[in-house]
Amino acid sequence: MSVQEVLPLGGLAAERSGQFRADHLLVAGMVKPGSKVLDVGCGDGNLLQLLETRGIDGRGIELSREGVNRCVAKGLAVVQGDADTDLVNYPDDTFDYVILSQTLQATRQPKVVLENLLRIGRRAIVSFPNFGFWKMRLQLLVGGHMPRTENLPASWYDTANIHFCTIKDFVELCDAIHVKMERAEALDLYGRPLRLRMPWWVWNLFGEQGVFLLTRGGGK
Amino acid sequence: MVGVKAIPSPAISADERSHEVDHPSSPVAHFGADQPLRLDCGIDLTPFQIAYQTYGELNAARSNAVLICHALTGDQHVANVHPVTGKPGWWETLVGPGRPIDPSQYFIICTNVIGGCMGSTGPASINPATGKVWGLDFPVITIPDMVRAQAMLIDRLGIDTLFAVIGGSMGGMQVLQWTAAYPARVFSALAIACSTRHSAQNIAFHELGRQAVMADPDWHSGGYADHGIHPHRGLAVARMAAHITYLSDAALHRKFGRRMQDRELPTFSFDADFQVESYLRYQGSSFVERFDANSYLYLTRAMDYFDIAADHGGVLAKAFVGIQTRFCVVSFTSDWLFPTSESRALVHALNASSARVSFAEIETDRGHDAFLLDVPEFFDISRAFLQSAGKARGLTTRDG
Repeated sequence: MSVQEVLPLGGLAAERSGQFRADHLLVAGMVKPGSKVLDVGCGDGNLLQLLETRGIDGRGIELSREGVNRCVAKGLAVVQGDADTDLVNYPDDTFDYVILSQTLQATRQPKVVLENLLRIGRRAIVSFPNFGFWKMRLQLLVGGHMPRTENLPASWYDTANIHFCTIKDFVELCDAIHVKMERAEALDLYGRPLRLRMPWWVWNLFGEQGVFLLTRGGGK
Repeated sequence: MVGVKAIPSPAISADERSHEVDHPSSPVAHFGADQPLRLDCGIDLTPFQIAYQTYGELNAARSNAVLICHALTGDQHVANVHPVTGKPGWWETLVGPGRPIDPSQYFIICTNVIGGCMGSTGPASINPATGKVWGLDFPVITIPDMVRAQAMLIDRLGIDTLFAVIGGSMGGMQVLQWTAAYPARVFSALAIACSTRHSAQNIAFHELGRQAVMADPDWHSGGYADHGIHPHRGLAVARMAAHITYLSDAALHRKFGRRMQDRELPTFSFDADFQVESYLRYQGSSFVERFDANSYLYLTRAMDYFDIAADHGGVLAKAFVGIQTRFCVVSFTSDWLFPTSESRALVHALNASSARVSFAEIETDRGHDAFLLDVPEFFDISRAFLQSAGKARGLTTRDG
């Protein structure tokens, strides 16, 4: 099964979608065309470029200077900054969507970051590696060492990921801070969504990463 | 006796320099009594003139005009041989055929600022009321005054909206002032190594430079023109001190270290034993060949007074509310005169105003001066920013 079959994206030629990451295609599909988006931790700007092809006004924040400069050299509106310290500088309701792609586990205060995402954006799209994925569990259970995977190859002593969580943990955090989940997807090892509606525990075991479309819950 | 050598006298005479003040080799726009320049100090400056250079052609839609704003000691000769020094244009690394700001794509304008000494009205110009050089009778000017004068020239050139306003250091201050004062007239803004307000440390360095000029007996309380001399020693010392602030410890160490100048051993004198001394003396003496001492006082003062937030109730973000201009802000890691933190404060204010902004900090050990030097990463970013803005503006670029 190809990525294109899984994720038909309006406005994007099938032959072009191959150049984008599966989770990026999934995220882009959650964003309404014509909206205003902030990508926090935008890396090399690949997701922003994908969003631009869909007529979305995208801005980015990136921690690494090299990443920022590559983005700016692509003509993207990206600033050097830190999700932990710089989101507070954005006023409320600045964006339609704020995206945090594979970055939540690297922040110092994931809860505060998540709250900020939904303060400056009306919706947030958050993706993260699921530490409850069976391969992770197996490495800890059988191997007795901190898990390392294709997507997370760093050793415990030099990883930037300081706040790993499972899909279950994340869902509990959303409940605790009254964040509503509009849409949830779990991706398998190959970045393909688990297609069937399955109970959370299955996702928590077989999802390699989780992607959530979040909105503010009513009242605290 | 201990050997002492003063800073060498300039090779170019004061007459050669002052000729450019009133009879510049650049085109000049004259503004008569019907078009005074309203200065922040409350005075109407009239008549006045602006000397400027242009490169490239204005397109039929008048949509490809780029205004380049020069730094403290720059001038309008951004990409042509300088008429006094015979040296190449001061920003030929960035402006010229095949460069990020290419005259085959853009109509490039660069003006000498009001208060300058290369043909725009300033303290070295003749005061028409007295027939003598203005000197300290010239009113104190500000960065907003410079920009107001530029806007009058842009009006006269028949240009409504500038495609881009670009500048570094004091030029970057003018860029930011353009966006704050005329947001609808600036499609994109490239502000390099600058700040929205001059810091206490920078004001302190400027005061040092001004006191060096004023301490030179040849300054004559600003009236040196009447004595037919120029306080070149004081101005050279001011330039030497300022030049140190444009570099970095690492760059000075890399370039000069503790190496000796044309000798093996110390001479046990106050001669320029070290290469770094010799270099600074050269910087000082070559500067005074082309720059007027009073002009230096006025322009440093203009930078000192610059504070965009103060003009907007103390809240910087208010200066940019609702702005549609596309911004690119660039800083350099080793710039301690306009450090990255200053650019970051600007970016935060632009974010708070929801402006479209890119911000890149470039790693270099070359200090503040990096914006004038060959820094490929800076050129790549400038080029990409202008191309992406050009696409949004509907300008066709050579590569698509």
